[in-house]
Amino acid sequence: MQTNFTDTQLADPATRRSNEILRSCVHCGFCTATCPTYKVLGDELDSPRGRIYLIKDMLENNKVPDERTVTHIDRCLSCLSCMTTCPSGVHYMHLIDHAREYIEKTYKRRWDERALRWLLAKILPYPGRFRLALIGARLARPFRKLLPDARLRAMLEMAPDFIPPASENDRPQSFSAIGARRKRVALLIGCAQRALNTDINDATIRLLRRHGCEVVIPKGIGCCGALTHHMGKVEESHAMAAANVRAIVHELDGEGLDAVVINTSGCGTTVKDYAHLLRDHPIADDAARVAALAKDVTEIMADLGLNDPFHAEPLRVAYHAACSLQHGQQIRSAPKDLLRAAGFEVVEPRDSHICCGSAGTYNLMQPAISSELKDRKLATIEATRPQVISAGNIGCMMQISSATEIPLVHTVELLDWATGGPKPRSIANAVTVKMRELPACRC
Amino acid sequence: MSTIAMPEPDAGVLARAPQIIAALEAALPAGTVISSPEETRAYECDALTAYRCPPLAVVLPRTTEEVATAMRVCHELRVPVVPRGAGTSLAGGALPTADSVVIGTMRLREILEVDTANRFIRVQTGVTNLAVSAELEVQGFFYAPDPSSQLACTIAGNIAMNSGGAHCLKYGVTTNNLMGVRIVMATGDIVELGGPLPGVSGLDLVGLICGSEGQLAIVTEATLRIVPKPEGARPVLIGFDSAETAGECVGRIIRSGLLPVAIEYMDDVCLRAVEAFVKAGYPNCAAVLIVEVEGSEAEIDHQIERIRLIAEELNPVEFRASRTAEESLAIWKGRKSAFGAMGRLGDYLCLDGTVPVSKLPHTLKRIGELSKAYGLEVANVFHAGDGNMHPLILFDANAPGELERAEEFGADILRLCVDVGGCLTGEHGVGIEKRDLMTKQYTADDLAIQMEIKSVFDPAWLLNPAKVFPLEVSQPHRHAAARCP
Ligand SMILES: Cc1cc2nc3c(=O)[nH]c(=O)nc-3n(C[C@H](O)[C@H](O)[C@H](O)COP(=O)(O)OP(=O)(O)OC[C@H]3O[C@@H](n4cnc5c(N)ncnc54)[C@H](O)[C@@H]3O)c2cc1C
Ligand code: SF4
Ligand code: SF4
Repeated sequence: MQTNFTDTQLADPATRRSNEILRSCVHCGFCTATCPTYKVLGDELDSPRGRIYLIKDMLENNKVPDERTVTHIDRCLSCLSCMTTCPSGVHYMHLIDHAREYIEKTYKRRWDERALRWLLAKILPYPGRFRLALIGARLARPFRKLLPDARLRAMLEMAPDFIPPASENDRPQSFSAIGARRKRVALLIGCAQRALNTDINDATIRLLRRHGCEVVIPKGIGCCGALTHHMGKVEESHAMAAANVRAIVHELDGEGLDAVVINTSGCGTTVKDYAHLLRDHPIADDAARVAALAKDVTEIMADLGLNDPFHAEPLRVAYHAACSLQHGQQIRSAPKDLLRAAGFEVVEPRDSHICCGSAGTYNLMQPAISSELKDRKLATIEATRPQVISAGNIGCMMQISSATEIPLVHTVELLDWATGGPKPRSIANAVTVKMRELPACRC
Repeated sequence: MSTIAMPEPDAGVLARAPQIIAALEAALPAGTVISSPEETRAYECDALTAYRCPPLAVVLPRTTEEVATAMRVCHELRVPVVPRGAGTSLAGGALPTADSVVIGTMRLREILEVDTANRFIRVQTGVTNLAVSAELEVQGFFYAPDPSSQLACTIAGNIAMNSGGAHCLKYGVTTNNLMGVRIVMATGDIVELGGPLPGVSGLDLVGLICGSEGQLAIVTEATLRIVPKPEGARPVLIGFDSAETAGECVGRIIRSGLLPVAIEYMDDVCLRAVEAFVKAGYPNCAAVLIVEVEGSEAEIDHQIERIRLIAEELNPVEFRASRTAEESLAIWKGRKSAFGAMGRLGDYLCLDGTVPVSKLPHTLKRIGELSKAYGLEVANVFHAGDGNMHPLILFDANAPGELERAEEFGADILRLCVDVGGCLTGEHGVGIEKRDLMTKQYTADDLAIQMEIKSVFDPAWLLNPAKVFPLEVSQPHRHAAARCP
């Protein structure tokens, strides 16, 4: 597409990058077809091509965006389905990131919106605070009908029944490899995930050790910055990313690292983009080194190869592809191949490329669209009649499990179980894991 | 902007904009009318981005009845209407005018009926082309016309443009697969034409609607013919060291009486772009043909053998027949990503004209000469089996004057198509892109008849203004319509 930026505007590196991206878009419209919000709302303004247009207009004219423009951009899930679809390689992710930053700087949101965003940014990335908030939310849940705001209600509804205590395994330390050491890896222990579910890191550590990895929890590692990054809060997200880079580089330059393992794919997408995120930061070079080492846990497992499987029951597993994995990191077959190698029967729902509506804080900020996407996702998953659902991202797990009885586990929990670990808690807790006889579904 | 003129917007309509918007909002459910300038801008063009103009408002109805309501309001208030599907037209068919209301049918997305025994599917027209075939997948059927844009383009746009695709050599284009439509007339009346049962008595009005580019009515439902999936299909890839020889090979295959499902052509410029993009493993040569045949294993083998004999007389640099599903995918991979790959090279103007298959070698040679004369690179990737050419002219949209040069080059290519006995458009439609070349193809009398037909359907000339008919030719009609009560 033709663009209209002045030389002065192009002197700004962020604008220059956006100009490059806009120039590569040929306005063919292919991306609209696989955009979840366009599927739900049917308005080009809620499609990638429409958002690209809104962003173009906003940036070219140095506009203070109006409320409508902000609404359409806020409705974007950042699922990046559009990037998988785009035949011209348009880097929508960097463009929308820039737009969010720009909006955060120039647009004044309503007070309640600001308060909500402030609250989320101050709580979610900090497991201690988040755990307290979850406990509070659970207590307040019976009163949720009294709340006027659908977003606040969504928050209370999200609080799970079981909130685990902090795990000892998440403290800075090193776990030795079982058997000969094949790799030394750092584990990104995450933030919100740690408060919601400690089984995932525990299973990851067991699985990696069993496959010859020394697993290091670096001192000072924490939230990857994705949560605040998606709100356009640059200072916070850059500070968090930089802290992680320092923590990891300390290990890298010390005993050395073969990989930085991530088991929350939403974080993985961000860590893999650290080179871009911190490109103007004094530690830009280190950020690039860390980004180059970042691997999803299924990538590293595919690399290591699964040893001695078949300790688990050969359950029928519906694999839910998290968008951050399938679109953000373009990892599609590794998780399914591993599950099959582990002895499970793997089924995939129709329209597996469409987001479940979780998308970081999206389910909290945009409850209506989010729950529509959740319903669609569940209908397609249930149509495959699974005994278990597996996913590689805590956000999706929370979103989907909130509306179904079918046990939901992280892919690593199944791999851990199959190679000698304990039976995943949610499967053990399910009264019976039986084949669900659902009527044939046309969705 | 550039060389294709659009009429001055009607000042009277512009002055009444607030009333028009209020009337639409009053008549339609909330969330249906878009009118803020920030938002209408996203609807200012389709895939021909060189021409842009935000409309007065955009209406996104959810039912045929809501489409009818919107049309009635626009008709009463004498406001031009621009129908829009997914906005993937390459001819500017969905380009608005400042005094128009865009009526988008993309929210009409229901599959209404599937009947494999009688071989039809009935859908709302906002369904995408690919979604139709996806719906039929489990039953073992498909909808044959398959434009490269099939992931995104809607049945509405396909009908309006009479779209085609790689498979159309064997199965025909949209018009050969359209059995019935439900339309909303300019007045807002809802009319059914045709239907699932074969046999037509009286005038073929469905045929008239197909390819009418939103000039006659808005199509909201369609009954489409569906075909069983063939037992199997496999492509062969043939490389040649000259474009003309590849063109000659196409002619010889067709002349031999074989009917492949598809014969696709890609030249060296396109091959280089595709290799850089998806590494499809294509040979490094002047032109490649992909020929797909279908049937039982034995039938496929037999047809491939015959194609081999034909090709070998022309000394191909490579002949690669697929034996497995993976090999077939590998052969198609580059062709399917051709448009995307070209997009990565820069801006392009995608043309669409047809020539008699026997004239392919000559036409390709002339296009090469014109490319040198204009100093603009051109890539050829097209459905060669039915002579449907798609030269892509590469240019830089941000460089002053380049678009105009590319457009002149494009017009010369289309004139060339007509001169050798072909046609201005194979499947993308006329829109605004080829509007002013219509006089090259048609006599004044031909155009007069076409405009008379439009006047029957749309006496006030409100539907999709300034498209298809050259402005000076349609001037008397538009003028007369403006004065009718
Ligand atoms: C990369 C690319 C590749 C393409 N490849 C092909 C190809 O292989 N073959 C091919 O034939 N085309 C191709 N096209 C062109 C385009 O996709 C087709 O013309 C398609 O049919 C347009 O459908 P749409 O839904 O996007 O319609 P739009 O672009 O929205 O509209 C197209 C025309 O239809 C009219 N229209 C839309 N909806 C209605 C309605 N409900 N009632 C009446 N009129 C209506 C519009 O006014 C306009 O004139 C390609 C386009 C792109 C960008
Ligand atoms: S698919 Fe890519 S090139 Fe096409 S409109 Fe979307 S972003 Fe632009
Ligand atoms: S990231 Fe997802 S929601 Fe956002 S525009 Fe792309 S496809 Fe749509």
